[in-house]
Parts: sequence; structure tokens; C-alpha cells
Amino acid sequence: MKRCTVLKAILSVCLILGSLFLLQRLVMPKYVRGIVEGSLVESYYEETTPHDVIFIGDCEVYECFSPVTLWNEYGIPSFIRGSAQQLIWQSYYLLEDTLATEKPKVVIFNVLALKYDEPQKEAYNRLTLDGMRWSRTKLEAIRASMMPDEKLIDYLVPLFRYHARWSELTWDDVRYLFGKKPLFHNGYYMRVDVRPVTTVPEGKKLPDYRFGDDAMAYMDRITALCEENDIELMLIKAPSIYPTWYPEWEEQVEDYARQHGLVYLNFLEHQKETGIDYSTDTYDTGLHMNLSGAEKLSRFIGPILRDTYALPDRRGDPELSRVWAGKTAFYEQMKADQLSELEQYGYLKSLGARPPEQP
Amino acid sequence: MLFTSYSFIGFILVLFVVYYLVPRRIQWMLLLFSSYLFYFLASPEYLIYISLTTVSTFLAAFWIDHLAAVHQEHLAAHKSSLTRDERKAGKEALKRRQRRYLVACMLLNFGLLAVMKYTNFALANVNSLLQAFGSERQLAFLNLALPMGISFYTFQSMGYLLDVYRGKHPAQKNVFRLALFVSFFPQLVQGPISRYDDLSQTLYGPHAWDWTSVSYGLQRILWGFFKKLVIADRILVAVNTIIRAPEEHQGVFVLVGMLFYTLQLYADFTGGIDITIGIAEVLGIRVKENFNAPFLARNITDYWRRWHISMGTWFRDYLFYPLSVSRPMLNLSRSARRKLGDALGKRVPVYLCTLIVWFATGIWHGSSWNFIVWGLLNGVVIMVSQACEPLYARFHARFQVKDRLAYRAFEIVRTTLLMSAIRLFDCYRDVPLTFRMFGTMFTTPNYGQLFNAEAMKLGLGGADYLVLAAGVAIMVASGIRRKPVSMRERLEPIPAAWRYAAMYLLLIAVLLFGAYGVGYDASQFIYNQF
Repeated sequence: MKRCTVLKAILSVCLILGSLFLLQRLVMPKYVRGIVEGSLVESYYEETTPHDVIFIGDCEVYECFSPVTLWNEYGIPSFIRGSAQQLIWQSYYLLEDTLATEKPKVVIFNVLALKYDEPQKEAYNRLTLDGMRWSRTKLEAIRASMMPDEKLIDYLVPLFRYHARWSELTWDDVRYLFGKKPLFHNGYYMRVDVRPVTTVPEGKKLPDYRFGDDAMAYMDRITALCEENDIELMLIKAPSIYPTWYPEWEEQVEDYARQHGLVYLNFLEHQKETGIDYSTDTYDTGLHMNLSGAEKLSRFIGPILRDTYALPDRRGDPELSRVWAGKTAFYEQMKADQLSELEQYGYLKSLGARPPEQP
Repeated sequence: MLFTSYSFIGFILVLFVVYYLVPRRIQWMLLLFSSYLFYFLASPEYLIYISLTTVSTFLAAFWIDHLAAVHQEHLAAHKSSLTRDERKAGKEALKRRQRRYLVACMLLNFGLLAVMKYTNFALANVNSLLQAFGSERQLAFLNLALPMGISFYTFQSMGYLLDVYRGKHPAQKNVFRLALFVSFFPQLVQGPISRYDDLSQTLYGPHAWDWTSVSYGLQRILWGFFKKLVIADRILVAVNTIIRAPEEHQGVFVLVGMLFYTLQLYADFTGGIDITIGIAEVLGIRVKENFNAPFLARNITDYWRRWHISMGTWFRDYLFYPLSVSRPMLNLSRSARRKLGDALGKRVPVYLCTLIVWFATGIWHGSSWNFIVWGLLNGVVIMVSQACEPLYARFHARFQVKDRLAYRAFEIVRTTLLMSAIRLFDCYRDVPLTFRMFGTMFTTPNYGQLFNAEAMKLGLGGADYLVLAAGVAIMVASGIRRKPVSMRERLEPIPAAWRYAAMYLLLIAVLLFGAYGVGYDASQFIYNQF
């Protein structure tokens, strides 16, 4: 009798916890339409083969480089661990998270994130952190990223955060309850549409151009982490013309790279060599590169990586070739799908793009 | 720590576990520690005020009790030798000496409450007067932080002291036990205002684990969260939309705001009390009910017997009754009867006492004119209602409708609307604005807007209204009862599996539909502010 009661109690607790878990899965955003960037970070855990190059940073990396191009043209396997407005401490913890499973030869960090010295927005935090696998690293990433009004428990139990989505649930929330279709390959966010640069906004004057102490402390931690793991660190500045990249910031990054013996590449200063054309290679008037721009930048950085860090061409590896052949097929299919959508609607509706302005 | 905050939920969960793990004889000490910790976490400096109240009340009660004991000993020793007059004189002397301690302690504690709560209100009024008389001089406001729950614990401790003075029960001999009575954290911030002889029966334990009590308590807590998070905090959005933009929301919007605020206040306050009673119940402690279906009241006096019962009875027992039989009132009664005749004369002191009590009730709720007007209006309505009793009697004698369902429903609706209208002072918190907005209900012909879905959104979506409707329906269904038995007792005959399933659904409703977390402003319980 007593045993029966205990069993009933255990069963009840399991049922309650199980249904709460299901409920939580249901209300969590799936990021399969519109703001799909929320799916970027978790896509890393689907990887089955190692990478020689890991990109870390914000939207300036996940839209500026095409890992398929790097592979197909130079045999360099790479992955982009980036997400929207990814702050430098998030990049640090994503790198730490990456190093728990593999050891790349080169880490490329986009320096735009140095401009932020404190957490910016809960929504962006979520886009980066929700996709991370649970570990001590994720916990520290959350602690470092939380806005003053955020609570750790909202990350531990996302139901508390997303419960209010009950009124906006769609069929996608049921369909992708436990898994979703692949939206990216190797952390690259493909966009084939074009929205040329029309004006170059002038940067606002800042009261202080020095990077913040916290941001620089995490820069040091990234450098140290790479050194400890015998990984080459490369700093880059993607060729976005906005937000403004100030000369004072450039000077500080150059100094830092010089002091630590790091390669620093500012793509804004290599427009001629990269061949970036701001009338065809951006999909949002110069903030981010489209596919054409990303392929150009990949073709530019590929030889630099190969020659500077002596990265081998791994196209001879049968397992890698097999895997990357699949990725290439996916890439081509995605490109074809986007072009077809573009032809049908005139804009990428599925990715939340705006319709082109009427004349 | 808000009752609905994660930290508070964590706090009580840890307490529940530790409470039943520690030896039973020290459970009350753990409660005292927890209560002081709760207070400390709110603000360490608050501890000074509550400790001062506790110690002063303890000492005063101790001496009052001691004097009574000495007097009793004296009586016992000289039983045969004392004449009746000597005994009477001795008793009067005792009362005089006891009264000194009583008055000193009350002056200290009510003085503390007055200084902390009303100083800036008084200064603001003096400044207004100075301005009205053309003076440019303005007094500076003091930076006084109102200690959390000071109105509640001051009243509770003074109630205890008065009961000791009246010989209702002996004084508590252990200052720490009294400290627990004064600071018991679940009722510290919004009541109820417990009586010592009632709460002390279960407060000090020992309490063995009792699944029924724990289960009832947890259910009650859950029910409180449902009312607060699903109903009160959701409807708050619409109420705020209306009252924060009064120029854009007049006429029908004032009526909607008035009814919504009534609903919000009820769900908020009763929800908070449910959580309080539920926490106490899990700990094996019985806290008295503070509500009894107030919106089934058929007149305003009945309403106040059902709403915030502990406050109403406090004012009745410790202010209205003593005031009514005080010498000045008896003198006034005699003089009024002489001058105005028996019928009217006997009412004068009653009316005066009613107004004084309602003035005190109003200002107890907050240090602003809107609360004073709110209180006085309650008093006036009660007085008018009493004055009209002969008229009612004649009406009922002639028409025989008193026990008809339709008439009862009319009385309930009338009382609810009347109380809701008076509550507008609490809602707008500005006396002239409240009068003006109330007037627009009759002067702004925009009642067609009721059928304009867009205009009636008031910051809420269609789904919010659906949740509200369902939540209110559940709340109303649970509140309507013929006998004074709780919903849980009514559910008792139902098979356990169904009962737990109902509780589970309630939990899901709170988790899913509750207005909490990021994107919602964590709102204080309304009565926390008093």
C-alpha cells in the first residue's frame, strides 16, 4: 500500500514536471521565421567534424563570411559562432564553449563588439544565450550578460520568461517543439537580396572614445584563452559602413594588436582588394554583407589564413569532403530558394525583409 | 521582497523545508528569525522601528500586567478587611497607573507612525496654506522612508496592548515571542491585523507535519497567486491606461475604470491575503479570514463587515466603542438630547464618532486628502443610510420586496456601485480630479464607445480579455457560497485525483497567464502601500 502511494507520488511528480517541460518547449521562441538569428548559436551543436577556423563576433561576422566558399576554394573548414549584437563577453564564453569540444587553429574576432562595455538589451542576450548548451560556461555567460532587470531564474526556467507568448503561439511552435529544420550551415546567415548604400551616415561625436574596461578585460581574456590553447588569434573589422567605426577606435585596436603580436585586418581599408561594391554587396544599405559580399570577403581572407597560419587544404579528407559536400548542397539549395522567393515576392518575406519601396 | 517575486517564493520554500526539519520547540524562533530577515532584506534600518515598537509594547504590557497582578495579590491578601469603596478606589487607582503606561506607549508608537507617515503630508498642507496667504516661504520636506508595514504592525501591537490593559489576556512574558507576534512576516505588509489571543494559539507551535494543512496552505497560496497575477495585474494595465490619461478617458471610460479598479483591488487584496493565510497554514498557524464575499453585501455597513474585516473590527473595538462611551461623548449626548430632543440628540455623538472613525480609517490608508475624503464619504454614506432606516422600514412594510431575489440583487449591485464610486478617490488619488471625472460619467455622452472594440482595448488584447473573463468567472464562482465554507472544503468530497488535477490546472494558469517576469512591471500589492 505504502509502496503504491510512493509510486503514485513519483508518477505524479514526473507527469507534472514532464508536462511543464512540454509547456516550456511550446512557448519558447523557435526562431524559424523572421528573426531566425536566434537559431544561430544552437546550430553549432549539430556539427560532426572539427574546424580549423572559428569566427566569433556579432552580425558583422555571421553575414560577412561564407564557410562554404572557404571550404570549396581553400579547403578550410570553419564555423561562425556569432549572433546578433553579440557582446564581447558572450564571444569569450562561446569560444570557451567551443574549446570544450574542439581546438581550432585560428580564432577570428570581429572587434566592433569592443564598443559595448555593458549589457545592451535583453532580447539580444536571449538570441545568443538561449541557444547555448547548459554548462558552467553558459551560466557565467548569463551572469555576465544580464541586464539589471533580468533574473537568472528566467534563463534556468525559460517558461518564466516566455509564458506571455501563449497568445501568439503559431503552428510552428507545435511543429518545431523538439527540433527544427536546418536554417544555417556553419553559422552563416545567407542573404541574396540587395539594398545598396544610398547615404553614409555621419557618426555622432562621442564624449569618450576609449573602449570600456570590461570590454578590454574580455579582450585580454580572449587573447589569453587562445594563448593557453595554442590558438592563433586574428582581429578583424568587417566592412560595414555603419555603425561608424571611429579612427580613435581603430588606433586602440591597432595598438592592442601590435602589443600582443596579433594580425589585425580592417576590411574597411581594403575595399579595393576585396572588391566590395556597396551598391551590390549589401542587403541593408551597408550594415551587412549579402551573399555576394560574403563570398568576396571569404575569397580575400582565405589566402591570408592559408599563408599566415599555414592552414592545410583539407579537401583530401574523405570524411570532411563528404560532410562539406552536404553543406555545399544545402548552401546551393538555400541560395536557389532565396532567389526564387526574391523573384516571387521581390523581397525575402520569410526572413522578415521589408518590401522594396514603391516608386 | 514582493510576495510575487522569485526571491520571496524561494524564501518561503526554504523556510517550509527548514521549519519541519528543526526541532519543534524552536520552530517559532525560526519564524522570528525569518521575519526579521524578511524585514532586514527590505531595509536594515526598518528593524530599528519595529524593534522599538516591540520593546515599548512589551515593557508597557509587562508593567500593566504586573500592576494588575500586584493589585490582585493585594486584594487576595486583604480580601476580608477591604470595604467595597476601598476596593473600588483601589481599582480606579490601578487603572490610573496602568493608563499612564498605556498612554505613554501609545503616544510613542502612534507618534512614530504619525511622524513617519504624516509629516510630509502636514508640511505640504502648511505650504499650501502659506501659499494661499501669499507667503513665498515654503517648508522643506523631510527625507523619511516609511517603514514597511508600519501601519499594520503598529495597529496590531497597540491592539495587543489595549487587550492587556482591558484584562482580556495576560501580557506575553517573553519579548522574543511578542516580537514574533508583531513581526510575523506573512501578515507584516498587508495584514490582516491579527489579535493576540487569536494568533498566539497557533503561532508558537509546536507543529508536526500535517499533509492536510500543508496541502490546504499550498492550494491557498496558489489561489492567491492566481488572483494577483492572472486577474489583478492583468487588469491593472487597463486601469492605468484610463487613470493616467484622464483627459482622454472620460465618461464611459471612467465607469469602466471604476469597475475595473474594483475588480483589481479585490483580486489584488484578497489574493495577497490568500497568500498570507496560505503561508501561515503551511506552517500550521491559523490566521483569521479578512474577507467574507464583500460584493454580496446588501448595504455599506454590511460591506464593511465583509471587507478587510480585521481593520474594521480594530477600529470598532479600539476606537469607535471607547470613543462612544468616553466622557466627552456622554456629555455631548446629554447636551444634544436636551437641545435637540431624544430622537435626534442620541444620534449626534454616534454620527460624530462615525466621522472620527472614518476619518482615521481614511488617513490610515494614506497620507493624502483623497484617502481622507474617501474615509469621510464612507462615514457620510453610513450615516445617511442609518438616518434613512425609518424610510426603508416604511417602504418594506408597504411593498414586501425585501426577500425577493430581484430586490436582493438590486441591493447588491447598488452597494457595489456605491463602493466602487467612492473608491475612485483611491484610484485617481486626487480629490478635484476624482470629482471631475465622476461628473464626466453623466456629462460626456460617449457610451457608444462601449461597443468600439478598438477604444475598449485599453492596453489589453483580445486574448487578455478572454483570460480575464475566465479568471473573473472562476473567482466569482469560488466566492459565491451559501454557507461559510471554503472552496477547498467544498472540493473535499471530489476524488483526490480530480482535486489535484484542478490544482494542477490552476498552477498552469498562473504560470502561463500570470502577468509576471520580463515585460511586466512587478507591481506591489495595493495594500502594501498602506
